[in-house]
Amino acid sequence: MATPAPAIPDETKQPKSKAAKAKENLTSPWATGAAIIIAALWTIPTIGLFMTSLVPGDQYRTEAWWDVLLSGDMTFENFGYVLFNSFGDSSSADPLLGNLMNSIVVTVPTVVFPLVIGLMAAYAFAWIPFKGSNFLFVFIFALQVVPIQLALIPLLRLLGPNGVGIAGEFPGVWLAHTIFAMPLAVFLLHNFIAQIPSDIIEAARVDGASHTQIFFRVIIPLSLPAIASLAIFQFLWVWNDLLVSAVFGSINTYPLTYPISNLAGSYGATAYLVPPAAFISMIIPLIVFFSLQRYFVRGLLAGSTKG
Amino acid sequence: MSGIHEAAALVPQSGLDGEFWSTQGSNLLLAAISIVAFIAVVALVMFGADLVRGRIRDKVQLVVLITPVLVLLGIGLVYPVIDTVWLSFTEIVKEPDPVTGINTETSNFVGLQNYIYAFTDPTVFRTILNTLVWIVLVPLLSTGVGLAYAVFIDRAKGEKALKSLVFMPMAISFVGASVIWGSIMYDYNETGAQTGMLNAVLGTFGIGPINFLAEEPWNTFFLIVILSWIQTGFAMVIISAAIKGVPPEINEAASLDGANSWQRFWRITVPSIRGTLVVVMTTITIATLKVYDIVRTLTQGRYNTDVVANKMYVLSFVEQRQPLGAALAVILFIFVIPIVIYNVRSLQKVKETR
Amino acid sequence: MSIKRRYIAPIAATAIAGLALAGCSSSDDPDTSDSASGGGGEMMEGCEDYADYGTFDGGEVEVYTTITGVELGQLEETFTDFSSCTGITVNVVSSDEFETEINIRVDGGNPPDLAIIPQPGLLQTLVGTGTVIPASEAVEANVDEFWSADWKQYGTVGQTFYAAPLMASVKGWVWYSPAEFADNGYEIPATWDELMTLTQTMADNGGAGPNYKPWCIGFESGTATGWAGTDWVEDIVLREAGADAYDQWVTGELDFASPEIKSAFEKFGDIALNTDYINGGLGGTQSIVDTSFQEAGLQILESSCSLHHQASFYEAQWPEGTTVAEDGDIWAFLTPPIAEGDPSAVTGGGEFVASFRDAPEVDAVQTYMSSDTWANIRVSLGGVISANKGLDPTNASSAIGQQAIEILQSDDTVFRFDGSDLMPSAVGASAFWTEMVNYVQGKDLDTVLADIDAAWP
Repeated sequence: MATPAPAIPDETKQPKSKAAKAKENLTSPWATGAAIIIAALWTIPTIGLFMTSLVPGDQYRTEAWWDVLLSGDMTFENFGYVLFNSFGDSSSADPLLGNLMNSIVVTVPTVVFPLVIGLMAAYAFAWIPFKGSNFLFVFIFALQVVPIQLALIPLLRLLGPNGVGIAGEFPGVWLAHTIFAMPLAVFLLHNFIAQIPSDIIEAARVDGASHTQIFFRVIIPLSLPAIASLAIFQFLWVWNDLLVSAVFGSINTYPLTYPISNLAGSYGATAYLVPPAAFISMIIPLIVFFSLQRYFVRGLLAGSTKG
Repeated sequence: MSGIHEAAALVPQSGLDGEFWSTQGSNLLLAAISIVAFIAVVALVMFGADLVRGRIRDKVQLVVLITPVLVLLGIGLVYPVIDTVWLSFTEIVKEPDPVTGINTETSNFVGLQNYIYAFTDPTVFRTILNTLVWIVLVPLLSTGVGLAYAVFIDRAKGEKALKSLVFMPMAISFVGASVIWGSIMYDYNETGAQTGMLNAVLGTFGIGPINFLAEEPWNTFFLIVILSWIQTGFAMVIISAAIKGVPPEINEAASLDGANSWQRFWRITVPSIRGTLVVVMTTITIATLKVYDIVRTLTQGRYNTDVVANKMYVLSFVEQRQPLGAALAVILFIFVIPIVIYNVRSLQKVKETR
Repeated sequence: MSIKRRYIAPIAATAIAGLALAGCSSSDDPDTSDSASGGGGEMMEGCEDYADYGTFDGGEVEVYTTITGVELGQLEETFTDFSSCTGITVNVVSSDEFETEINIRVDGGNPPDLAIIPQPGLLQTLVGTGTVIPASEAVEANVDEFWSADWKQYGTVGQTFYAAPLMASVKGWVWYSPAEFADNGYEIPATWDELMTLTQTMADNGGAGPNYKPWCIGFESGTATGWAGTDWVEDIVLREAGADAYDQWVTGELDFASPEIKSAFEKFGDIALNTDYINGGLGGTQSIVDTSFQEAGLQILESSCSLHHQASFYEAQWPEGTTVAEDGDIWAFLTPPIAEGDPSAVTGGGEFVASFRDAPEVDAVQTYMSSDTWANIRVSLGGVISANKGLDPTNASSAIGQQAIEILQSDDTVFRFDGSDLMPSAVGASAFWTEMVNYVQGKDLDTVLADIDAAWP
């Protein structure tokens, strides 16, 4: 029973053991060099995106950003344009700031709902023996691969005007996102929860704790790192979604991805606004990542050191 | 004329008035109330189930725990799956009414006809082959680079900042990433100055220009790079967390035994985090099977780059040949079965040993 | 949504007031617009044009469209006065994935109120589902009055009239530089042979720009890459094989492999596959596929090519400061007939407005969009034209637009809708496009044609 306890160790307070020093040795100049190369390769396209977003509209198609940089024509105007102004002379469409707000309103609840429901199910599949438990879990796992496109029409029939009538409103978008997120959430959380040392759960059971009590007193506190990690990924997946939002939303709920994809259309007249808009859409997910990053000390699946 | 330029000359209208903010405010409030209400209901039901006494309590609580997920999946995914499987064995005949133009649809069972088409039509079969290349290379590349990077920067100075650099692409949508790579990195001009970064760099060495997205068979690899670029952040972050979970004592012992860092990596780190690697690769593989946006945005499947997910999208929604699209979807399911079996076996082992 | 109107109304009022349209007097005091939408009942000053549509208390109509960007703003502007006078709020929703999303929304039972459908083929598919409401008598009366029978027919499925035409474009223009033609003594070709002779002369003479070739062609257009090539073939089929053969071809009675269609491909190939003729300033045949359709023609300004085949809307692509006029920097002639004396025939595109909700406010908006009032307001805002006969050509924002309107309204013109838009989407929005790409990349023509025929459902 070598599975380590998935508690959150505070590494900064740990005394530096010999092992830690041994590990530092691995950070040889060779490794540092390789890390820098990877970091550079992975960052270059993003830098290119940022620089391109500073290219004025009339030079966007014909000139590379480095030429524009050298000629000193770069401008931050594009950012102001996409954030605060409607497009064209009379568009009554909200500026992207409205879509940015919609993205937040769509994303935050769709992070909470699948996490809570997924955590409940993951606990049941990992620790409550019942008939058909394995079968159900495998089935849910396999549902991950269902291409969302196939599920759109049947679900829309249910949520649309002939059904519940919440398509086009935030609750409809939330529900659709929550459903599509369930298989992966259950799978990932189950992997974590299943590796909580059995002594802890059994001890609680011997003390007469019910499943509800174990869920709130043991599972949730121990799973915080996994919850935080999955929260970040779920946040990113929903934030970057276009298909579900387009089908289940309406002009009142469209997130940032919707106008961005339309900017590319219109015979390309507004294509130069795509880079700044895409760059803006990256900012909030990165803030979320930075603020939750400390939980990655023992993140998702940190307990799964045995396979 | 030119409506576009006339329009651009006008001062754009700011839409940020009071009503804008009150709408946004009420939307945020709705979200906040919904979250609080949801958590309150869950908590109430769970504690309600805790009031039950006697032997039945465990059963009631089990039902409470798994009912929500089963209901959601039942209405949202299970029915579509059954519908899709059925559809893949049929053909739909549409007979328009001569007066109203409204179709009478009849669906006939045609057995394996759609599957036979998928495996005999060269363009469709090619998408299956390409998808196999994708699901081998994307998980390997993302997990490989993610693992290497996580090991290299482990406990290095500025680890968090270094992590965020590789994580950053995760914050970009597939369409956004495709636009970046297509128009900023891979852009190709047969003559004249190169505006794509890669060709501009190659040009300074006197190479190229290369038409990255048209050169077979490498173009599929260049598309795979885009998805790997995104998924590496996912792999790296999770693997890095797992590495930190390896008990330091093991490394210490190995180090005293004289194992060098390379040996420690292969003999200790990798076996210790094997479970994590399996889960990461599984998740990335399944995500890869479903990604259609990159191909759709950049090549639309030209130059033999099509993948099953994109072909399915085009057949079902553009060409309105849903039964064929359904057959491709079922083929995607079948791709996953080995992965499912492998994961289930791993999980069984964990349960047995704990 | 309606909030923004407060900002827009003054601009729109000024714009429309300046148009001096007969019978179109706009709201004098834009501030009254707000009270109108809330008030319902009483008739306002300046609303005479909209009196027939009635007044509604807070009706909302969703119009779903492919139109984005500046044209979206212009489309929304056409509803400003209509909304203030009738009290109907019109929400225009646009998507560049319209063609797929509309199918999902209709199948899912959540269709928009009105959809602006850019292809008759798609209209047919949607009508097939039984969700499209046949056009009301008012809409049909407008269409009978203002449109030709051909246009009405494109909005008809079976024998039922469903969707009223909206805007139009004339395809098959060849853009050129009048100054270059004058300097070199080039004449506007009157037949296809003259066009080919002119091309050869240009190739022999060369041009001032880098990598000069007579033609520049660009196919790239995202998920629709290749459509620019289908326009070429359609133009040639209509001119060479005639309108009847064209009609048979788009309905599938005439195969792609038949001699009429094959000949059209070959005529296009005479230009597109000849590296002496293409691709000015851009490279070889591969560059046809890599160059976006927006960018290709701009090579004329660089003197790297002389001719570019593209529809009337290409006008919007010329950079600021380019004069598009017969004596300006850029002008266009129609692709010539094959032989002298052939009837003047043009291909073109257009949109159709179909209704999915049987409600008086939806009908009012649909009726308004089929009226001459709408056509005049929209065309005056610039950038587009319409085949509406009640349209005053002088409202067009440009000389090329005026000429296009006159062509559309002329009784002598044989007009045919863009063929790929009429074909089933498996061909018209898929195989035809991809095989055009394969053709210019050197795929054997017989295989190309056979592969398109195989895709026909």
